[in-house]
Amino acid sequence: MPFPASTPDGVAAALSAHDYLADEGLATAIFLALSLHRPLLLEGEAGVGKTEVAKVLSRWTGGELVRLQCYEGIDVAQAVYEWDYARQLLHLRAAEATGDAAREGADRLEDELYSERFLVRRPLLRAIAHGEGPPPVLLIDEVDRADDEFEAFLLEILSDYAVTVPELGTFRALEPPVVVITSNRTRDVHDALKRRCLYHWVEHPDFEREVAIVRVRAPEVGDALARQVAAAVETMRGLGLYKPPGVAETIDWAQALATLGRSQLDEGSVAVTLGTVLKYREDQARVHDHGLPDLVRAAMARGA
Amino acid sequence: MSGAGPTTAPERLAVGFARVLRGAGLDVPVGSVLTFVEALGAVGVTRRDAVYWAGRTTLVRRPEDVDLYERAFAAFWEGAPGAGPPAPPEVQRIALLLDAEDEPAGGGEQPDDGGEPPDATLVVRFSGHEVLRHKDFAACSRSELEEAQRLMADLRLAGALRRSRRLRPSRRLRGRPDVRRTVRGALRAGGEPVRRAHLEPDRRPRRLVLLLDVSGSMEPYARALLRFVHAAVVGRTRVEAFTLGTRLTRITRQLASRDPDLALASAGRAVADWSGGTRLGEGLRAFNDQWGVRGTARGAVVVVLSDGWDRGAPEVLAEQMQRLRRVAHRVVWVNPLKATPGYAPLARGMAAALPYVDEFVEGHSVASLEQLAEVIAR
Repeated sequence: MPFPASTPDGVAAALSAHDYLADEGLATAIFLALSLHRPLLLEGEAGVGKTEVAKVLSRWTGGELVRLQCYEGIDVAQAVYEWDYARQLLHLRAAEATGDAAREGADRLEDELYSERFLVRRPLLRAIAHGEGPPPVLLIDEVDRADDEFEAFLLEILSDYAVTVPELGTFRALEPPVVVITSNRTRDVHDALKRRCLYHWVEHPDFEREVAIVRVRAPEVGDALARQVAAAVETMRGLGLYKPPGVAETIDWAQALATLGRSQLDEGSVAVTLGTVLKYREDQARVHDHGLPDLVRAAMARGA
Repeated sequence: MSGAGPTTAPERLAVGFARVLRGAGLDVPVGSVLTFVEALGAVGVTRRDAVYWAGRTTLVRRPEDVDLYERAFAAFWEGAPGAGPPAPPEVQRIALLLDAEDEPAGGGEQPDDGGEPPDATLVVRFSGHEVLRHKDFAACSRSELEEAQRLMADLRLAGALRRSRRLRPSRRLRGRPDVRRTVRGALRAGGEPVRRAHLEPDRRPRRLVLLLDVSGSMEPYARALLRFVHAAVVGRTRVEAFTLGTRLTRITRQLASRDPDLALASAGRAVADWSGGTRLGEGLRAFNDQWGVRGTARGAVVVVLSDGWDRGAPEVLAEQMQRLRRVAHRVVWVNPLKATPGYAPLARGMAAALPYVDEFVEGHSVASLEQLAEVIAR
């Protein structure tokens, strides 16, 4: 087994060795998903690190990361498999030109056309019909953007980890992939799908964890700056913004400040780098109204 | 999996805990309980946090249920004081009556339109239904309202269409080539692609979002309009419904039942602020933050059903309407008072919202709602 961890703590330790700091809840959820072979459904605000979970799992287990980005109107051809029609057509013409078509007969030719050779594997098929080595990590990202029909179809695949291509037969996973599904909750994911999955709501990290995350993900950022940035972000999240900053924004901001050569937060640098944390004009205005000097002063005190 | 029969400790504990959760109002399917038992097998039952998270990961499926879970957990596993085994079912708030009243509520903080039922001269029309179709909901008697609700059930809400990323076979000989069909055809013709097939973008209905104001001033209309909202939710896919009052409540799930009585009763229970005050701006803010801007309202037709009486600051409402307008495809405002002779949108809230509204329509009678259905489909 590629997962040496036998406890949630072990999972947390292994993830942290790969630069992802999970709290106990998330570590338990991941541990259970791995040991019970269940898909893991992660919901939470944008930017709390849901997608990152799949990436770090792939780094840890060594399984290939197979990503399926969902969107409205996604269908089987884009998610599972498709035939390479252009090449089929060429093959057909070539067979005809060389006289093979006449010799072989239509049936043989059709068999040839619908063979593995002309099969284009899309993410779900790739994740299920993988070869040797550790099972891949299948990331089904933003499933709430796909439509109900697709979800129902997903349910079928996730319950037996098998895909049937009518012309070729059934592909079955030797070892089921590790499945991480994320949702931003723009609509309810169907209950039937939720029942198949383990569920975890990912929260913003607490202050100390966020500092640690910044330190790990942006090692060039000094300790003092990391603490002050995390403190300032914490304040911002309490201001009732349209889009409170996520962890990704915290890291971006700290990196931006470090790139500008800052080792402490100050009013001027906050003003010029605000766009890396706040992506709405109204949110920036709100922070300005709150007062940059206050923000900086409080961050210095909290971060000390 | 222990395989030691149903009397093993984790299994008994899990089943007992599931019963407590169900008593507290959480939906816990048997399959989840089995997963919970497996999870307990994996993490052990000796550490509090391990058990807590094993349960939360396997038994809870919505963030709203976390509080409930936490309390039930404390009660069951730790015997928390004050909470006996079946945790108090907090969700089941007071069941609010949905029966229509015979006389429109007159006393409110605002002038009730209560105006002349406009049917006095229309009685000679073909049928009672025809009269009823145009009668103001506020002027309907209880039985008329019931009849009007039946009429509304027949309303068909077609959706405005948008181009989808999905493609469908096209009859015309242009657009993207459909190689699949061309190859299939070629096979039949011995390898010669005689007929070229094409694809064109499919058309799909836009999402429809309905925001129903259930504050005191809307009292004479809210229940009738709720029936309309119900017809919309069961009549087509991709509809989301919310109520606005002192707070925002999502009622899509409650309205999903085909049986109107069940659906309306269930929605009535879910909404805690029937006939309370109006904080339209705050309600819209909550909608924008939690749903709208994150995707529910994107590219959607958003219908606000409200008389525009707002006790909050008009700037808040204007700001939130502006946000809504920026993500929505079209914003339709339905105001039952609009049909009143001499009505002018003078209520502060209505005046603040109007600049951000694409269509401003009436919604006081069955006929006006039929018209609304056409506006939505446009």
